[in-house]
Amino acid sequence: MAPKPPRKQSVNMGKGARKRDEDSGTEVGEGADEWAVSKATVRPPDQLDLTDAELKEEFTRILTANNPHAPQNIVRYSFKEGMYKPIGFVNQLAVHFSQVGNLVPKDSDEGRRQHYRDELAAGSQESAKVVFSDAEILEEDEEPKEAEMEAGSQTDIPMAEVAEKVAEEELMSAKQPKERKLTNQFNFSDRASQTLNHPLRDRECQMEPPPRTNFSATANQWEIYDAYIEELKKQEKTKEKEKTKTPVAKKTGKMAMRKLTSMESQSDDITKVSQAAKIVERMVNQNTYDDVAQDFKYYEDAADEYRDQEGTLLPLWKFQNDKAKRLAVTALCWNPKYNDLFAVGHGSYDFMKQSRGMLLLYSLKNPSFPEYIFSSESGIMCLDIHVDHPYLVVVGHYDGNVAIYNLKKPQSQPSFRSSAKSGKHTDPVWQVKWQKDDMDHNLNFFSVSSDGRIVSWTLVKSELVHTDVIKLKVEGSTTEVPEGLQLHTVGCGTAFDFHKEIDYMFLVGTEEGKIYKCSKSYSSQFLDTYDAHNMAVDAVTWNRYHTKVFMSCSSDWTVKIWDHTIKTPMFIYDLNSAVGDVAWAPYSSTVFAAVTTDGKVHVFDLAINKYEAICNQPVVAKKKTKITHLEFNPIYPIIIVGDDRGHITCLKLSPNLRKMPKEKKGQEVQKGPAVEIAKLDRLLNLVREVKTKT
Amino acid sequence: MTEVEETLKRIQSHKGVIGTMVVNAEGIPIRTTLDNSTTVQYAGLLHQLTMKARSTIRDIDPQNDLTFLRIRSKKHEIMVAPDKEYLLIVIQNPCE
Repeated sequence: MAPKPPRKQSVNMGKGARKRDEDSGTEVGEGADEWAVSKATVRPPDQLDLTDAELKEEFTRILTANNPHAPQNIVRYSFKEGMYKPIGFVNQLAVHFSQVGNLVPKDSDEGRRQHYRDELAAGSQESAKVVFSDAEILEEDEEPKEAEMEAGSQTDIPMAEVAEKVAEEELMSAKQPKERKLTNQFNFSDRASQTLNHPLRDRECQMEPPPRTNFSATANQWEIYDAYIEELKKQEKTKEKEKTKTPVAKKTGKMAMRKLTSMESQSDDITKVSQAAKIVERMVNQNTYDDVAQDFKYYEDAADEYRDQEGTLLPLWKFQNDKAKRLAVTALCWNPKYNDLFAVGHGSYDFMKQSRGMLLLYSLKNPSFPEYIFSSESGIMCLDIHVDHPYLVVVGHYDGNVAIYNLKKPQSQPSFRSSAKSGKHTDPVWQVKWQKDDMDHNLNFFSVSSDGRIVSWTLVKSELVHTDVIKLKVEGSTTEVPEGLQLHTVGCGTAFDFHKEIDYMFLVGTEEGKIYKCSKSYSSQFLDTYDAHNMAVDAVTWNRYHTKVFMSCSSDWTVKIWDHTIKTPMFIYDLNSAVGDVAWAPYSSTVFAAVTTDGKVHVFDLAINKYEAICNQPVVAKKKTKITHLEFNPIYPIIIVGDDRGHITCLKLSPNLRKMPKEKKGQEVQKGPAVEIAKLDRLLNLVREVKTKT
Repeated sequence: MTEVEETLKRIQSHKGVIGTMVVNAEGIPIRTTLDNSTTVQYAGLLHQLTMKARSTIRDIDPQNDLTFLRIRSKKHEIMVAPDKEYLLIVIQNPCE
């Protein structure tokens, strides 16, 4: 078929060209070539012009299984050889279409599982079919029976019931998942009903809340300490109660306690501020008298260095009270325990104008108002404070009575009082002094009076019992008188002082100017007599250090210093005015001070100047006031001076007045009574030598 | 009772004293010589200060206790004396 193949070829070519050039749409149409009768070959304009030789060339076509799209020279890097190497075999697989199917092989797990499931389902269906078939059989059986028993209309229901029952049983026994009945609006309808819901109501009830109070406290170290202390006190109290009181007494005690507590709550609360008020008053006073307080504490007169040997007295506080304005200061005494507390006795020295008396106790801390006030009907002439019991003050009155005031009990009346029955003096009591407690630990004091008696009073079971110690007799005054009328003229004692060491020995000064040395044990005789003064002896005091030396002062303007073994005085000083009082200084055996009625205070220091005072200073404002008494403070370098107007002035001693023996170079400063005694001894020896010479 | 009253009177009439007041444990003034507003102010402030001062003293040594408190300012001096239940406050102008 030579002619045809070229035609065919050409046709094929044409077809091939058609196939190849699919997008050339210049052909007439598909499948029309066989029906075209034309012999002339129609050549498309763009067909290749090939020569016959080229046309005859055979092209072989091979069908291979090679994927034309697969790459032919894939090269991979070989790490082993370290170079790129062509891969020998290239995958020629070309996937044209893939789809994931859901066919599972029978033998795989999934397959077997499915199969098993299917079998079960099929099995149940079959059993159900069997049941239903049985039910049908049953139905058939029952029908005639039931038809006999009941009416025909009811047969359906029992049958259905039976069927349902059986079906249910079967289903329950099989334990299979139920065949879900597909619900649609044709075979299923929802039927719902709602029960009546009771309306909910809140029911509440509330009680009265328990009463509440806010409590807050701190637990500090000191609060804990306080609690412990209280507990301790309670325990001690209960112990005491158990010891002392009986059960009956306990009850009364409790009742009393209850009454007390109720009373306390009722009483005005302001009483509890008393302590605070006192403190504040002192503070206020301290502020007002601030400069005075500073002076008292710290001021030392620097001018004393230039004054040779003289000293001065610096006025500090002035104490006065309205109630005691008209009364003279008749007695002064410092409290032995509390160094800022002193007692002042007010009365009158005037024989004609006798009025009431007052006992005031002042503290330096409060110059404006006394700490304690006691008033009495009769003027107070003397007072003394007990050394061991600083709250006991014994007082001697102008009317001869003695009284003891207890500062602990704030009554205005004395705790104990003598009376005419109990042996009071018939004349004013000029001096009282506490003594040591007697054998039975009873308080004991002595008093001297113008009636010539020196009486020892003892406080026995809250009563004053008196014992006449001595009756002062004036020697040589008993004139010769018929025996029945022997008058014993009695000397009037005006002052006395007990020896510091020798307990039983004491000195008495009289109005006649004599000083008697007496003993407590001898009631009728004197140990010694000194013709001391021309007028009444106002004061007698033993030296605090030197046991032999004492001093006396009188209204005859003189102050005399004695050695009790010698009848004549060692030193005599004339002060140009009646001397009201003398006192030894507590810090030196050679220093003493005297006050006169012309309002001056004289301070002497025998170690410095034996003949003259080293200080001579008017103290009171008005010239006519007389200074009546003087006292040195045991600790502070101050003196208090009382005058007849009822004022008390406190003065500070300048350094010159307080000179202590100078320290010799290299030697220790010796302090103490021995030094003082030695000092005075030297002076006395000098005087004695002089005397013996003359 | 009268003794305390007298003491307070004396304090009030003392030289330089501007006012006194008594305050109870809760800081409420019981007695005063100043006007109400000043009193209330003083009472409240000083009460706290006193408590603090007392607490300080006692913390350092529980056996110790505060006796009084003085505050000196340019114009005057305030003195506080605490008691177990009460507080006594005095304002004084110390004449210098």
